[in-house]
Amino acid sequence: MHKFANPTQFMRIANAIFPWAAGLTVILFLVGLPIALVTSPADYQQGETVRIFYLHVPAAYMGVMVYAIIAVNSAAYLIWRHPMANLVARASAPVGAVFTALCLICGMLWGQPMWGTFWAWDARLTSTLIMFFIYLGYMALGDAFEDPERGDRAAAILALVGSINLPIIKFSVEWWNTLHQPSITSMQGFSVDGSMLTPLFLMMGAYTTFYISVLILRLRGELLAAKIRNARMSQVAISPAAQLAE
Amino acid sequence: MVDAFLQYLDMGGYAAFVWPAYGLSAAGLIGILVLTLRTLKARQKEFDALKALRRGDSERN
Repeated sequence: MHKFANPTQFMRIANAIFPWAAGLTVILFLVGLPIALVTSPADYQQGETVRIFYLHVPAAYMGVMVYAIIAVNSAAYLIWRHPMANLVARASAPVGAVFTALCLICGMLWGQPMWGTFWAWDARLTSTLIMFFIYLGYMALGDAFEDPERGDRAAAILALVGSINLPIIKFSVEWWNTLHQPSITSMQGFSVDGSMLTPLFLMMGAYTTFYISVLILRLRGELLAAKIRNARMSQVAISPAAQLAE
Repeated sequence: MVDAFLQYLDMGGYAAFVWPAYGLSAAGLIGILVLTLRTLKARQKEFDALKALRRGDSERN
């Protein structure tokens, strides 16, 4: 794992993965969207609103997964001071925040026709909203210090503290009475018909490869920002000498 | 044909919920992608300009 701490080595692998991830994203969306929107059947109880399921669940899954990735990378950054781990965490946060926002928005648009309300302060909805706020706090805290390293450390600690929310989100539908339906996976398998699982898995795949593609692009941007900082610092160091020479 | 298409767009009476969910999801995903690409492009431009400046400095010295 430690060999991935080297930015050059990490980016060599990431750049090799990028065209595959980007291509797969396009293919999965092109195949998944027509099935989700057209050919998959309407639900016998929920009618056509079930089509929101193919957006809501992948967004929720990615919101939680990206947060878990941020938490693990924050731990790696705090323990081993791996700069790449910090960059992965920082570059992931805006994407994870978008996924969580989309999960909440799609959930609200599904909730109104099915539950009769856009929002209820129940455990699953509230814990997901808290995760969204932690995402925002993580991004704000990371940029709040003049010394970027202090910001990175503070944000990493916040991400680790906030990870306590992940099992709360996962088990909220079992621990408390909630409007939200329970998980579709159990020891007995899936509680959803195969005709609905196909578009669901295609869209989950598309969201996953989309995240990987955008993450790699954002990492390139983060590394460029670091190079710009270094170039500016050496510019400042050179300038007085250059002025004296003139 | 047109009726069937309009019926499809109606989404069984839930068009006001299904289409905004798809529209906003597309906007969110495309938005973060465009923002990422724009930032990347701007940083690349800034880095290239700094590199050119440094090259100019070293040539002058």
